[in-house]
Amino acid sequence: MNAFLLHWTFAIPEIWVLIMACVVLLADLYLGERLRDVAPVLTVLTLLGAAVLTFFELGQSGTTFAGLLVLDPFTNVAELFSYLAVLMVVLYSRRYLMDRGIYRGEIYVLLLFALLGVMVMVSGANLLSIYLGLELLALSQYALVAFNRDSLVATEAGLKYFVLGALASGLLLYGMSLLYGLTGTLEVRHIAAALVNVTSSNLILVFALVFIVAGIAFKLGAAPFHMWLPDVYQGAPTVVTTFLASAPKIGAFALIIRLLVDGGYGMLESWQQIFIALTLVSLVVGNLIAIAQQNLKRMLAYSTVGHVGFLSLGIVAGTEAGFASAFFYTIVYVLMSLAGFGMILLLTRAGFEADRIDDFKGLSQRKPWYAFLMLIIMFSMAGVPPTVGFYAKLAVFQAVIAAGYVWLAVIGVLLAVIGAFYYLRVVKVMYFDAPEPESGPIVRDDLASATLSINSLALLVLGIVPGPLMAFCFYAMQGVI
Amino acid sequence: MLNHYLPVLIFIVVALVVGVVPLLMGASLGPHKPDSEKLSPYECGFEAFEDARVKFDVRYYLVAILFILFDLEIAFLFPWAVVFDQIGMMGFLAMMIFLAILVVGFIYEWKKGALEWE
Repeated sequence: MNAFLLHWTFAIPEIWVLIMACVVLLADLYLGERLRDVAPVLTVLTLLGAAVLTFFELGQSGTTFAGLLVLDPFTNVAELFSYLAVLMVVLYSRRYLMDRGIYRGEIYVLLLFALLGVMVMVSGANLLSIYLGLELLALSQYALVAFNRDSLVATEAGLKYFVLGALASGLLLYGMSLLYGLTGTLEVRHIAAALVNVTSSNLILVFALVFIVAGIAFKLGAAPFHMWLPDVYQGAPTVVTTFLASAPKIGAFALIIRLLVDGGYGMLESWQQIFIALTLVSLVVGNLIAIAQQNLKRMLAYSTVGHVGFLSLGIVAGTEAGFASAFFYTIVYVLMSLAGFGMILLLTRAGFEADRIDDFKGLSQRKPWYAFLMLIIMFSMAGVPPTVGFYAKLAVFQAVIAAGYVWLAVIGVLLAVIGAFYYLRVVKVMYFDAPEPESGPIVRDDLASATLSINSLALLVLGIVPGPLMAFCFYAMQGVI
Repeated sequence: MLNHYLPVLIFIVVALVVGVVPLLMGASLGPHKPDSEKLSPYECGFEAFEDARVKFDVRYYLVAILFILFDLEIAFLFPWAVVFDQIGMMGFLAMMIFLAILVVGFIYEWKKGALEWE
């Protein structure tokens, strides 16, 4: 057996998703006209198959393909949640895409390729493979955002995302090249070993870290690198927005774990300071600007910036508990935004986007169950107990206080209170305002409705019993530090 | 070590001088007597026929991008073929996997009609 192929079985989930993405493309090409559902059905099967394959790998660890990919608990857990996120997007997507005449197989192929990008990022152990995964994800995302090519706002959002995303990739790549120049190796664990001999005041190292953190902050959507987020979230088709707010965030979190923790943990103090600045700016910008938004997609985009601020608190802590709570927050954020955008998807119909806050007026009279689910989602985002959003915030605050940054936690709590205002405003609009006459009927959509119910109730159930998910996140951080 | 780059620096300076100085000379020494005819846009001496922004067929773009894709593929095939006798089964299979993925894309573009000019 060739040394390069040693332990190649570790990459079986990635290989499976790659093969199935090609199969979905061809199946849709030849059968798509007669069987319109062939691509989404095959995509769901792909995700379930990948979950089974990943499940069999639980507990194993090691590197493969000459150190390009690594398998460890973090890889497994992050991949499982990425499948879940894409699965939800697929389940939500059908009617929205049909109403707009863009129910085509390509969107599912692109989703699978984007997922593959996330998987490679999550399991990347070499600067090259991490960057390759990032680009695979980013290119699929650009195409997805501009998927509705006849829509002016969508193409504009796609172009903005492409230009700014390319800039961010460039920043990250420049940081990586400096790191390579400094250490002479591309493998992350060798970089970590080589950095032991470099003093943290080394100017080139500081440059490399600043560029890498800027690139990551951009992909994550942390202020002041958040400029693309509102426009892209608002302009993209809502199905795509739902995806953008889900699996790619897990991928961006994986960048932090792989590059900064696996590779640069010895330099913790250097990048910790950058993250403190990012956290503060994100918390303030996200929570304050969201108040002024009238468009729900835009509001959720700014709320994303705020959430990124909260999850960075866990990263600032720099301890195992900190990273685990940040990972917990990432997963919870993904579940919350899936539900939030899923709700918008559910209320849309052909020619009506339901993305203004005013469109939610009087929802409790029109559809009490949906209003109740939206109540849970908004409470969870605001961090009201007993929803899981509360527990996620509590965990990051605990971690950051344990690490000695009490003042950061105080600012975080203050801005969480300010942020609660705009979430509760949606609840107020739903329960205390009269419905607008033009809101029209709510189209029945059993599949998406059932998915949304499970998704939202999960926020409540996980809030009451957060233990298993938290234990899962701690398990994921085994061997990372 | 940096002194190896001195010729490059000199070249940059010379290039800047050659590029910028004539423009400055033209702007500062030439006569300026503008009138409306001189300032209006023209096309080979005529009035402009149409707006400067024209729609061009997206197929040019499509053909160009497909050409780049498959041209790059050939760029990978050449070095592979040169050392084919030394890389063994592993190298052969790796290239076959690479080509198989490309063939999927090729089937897609063909079936979608991207290669037809009508």
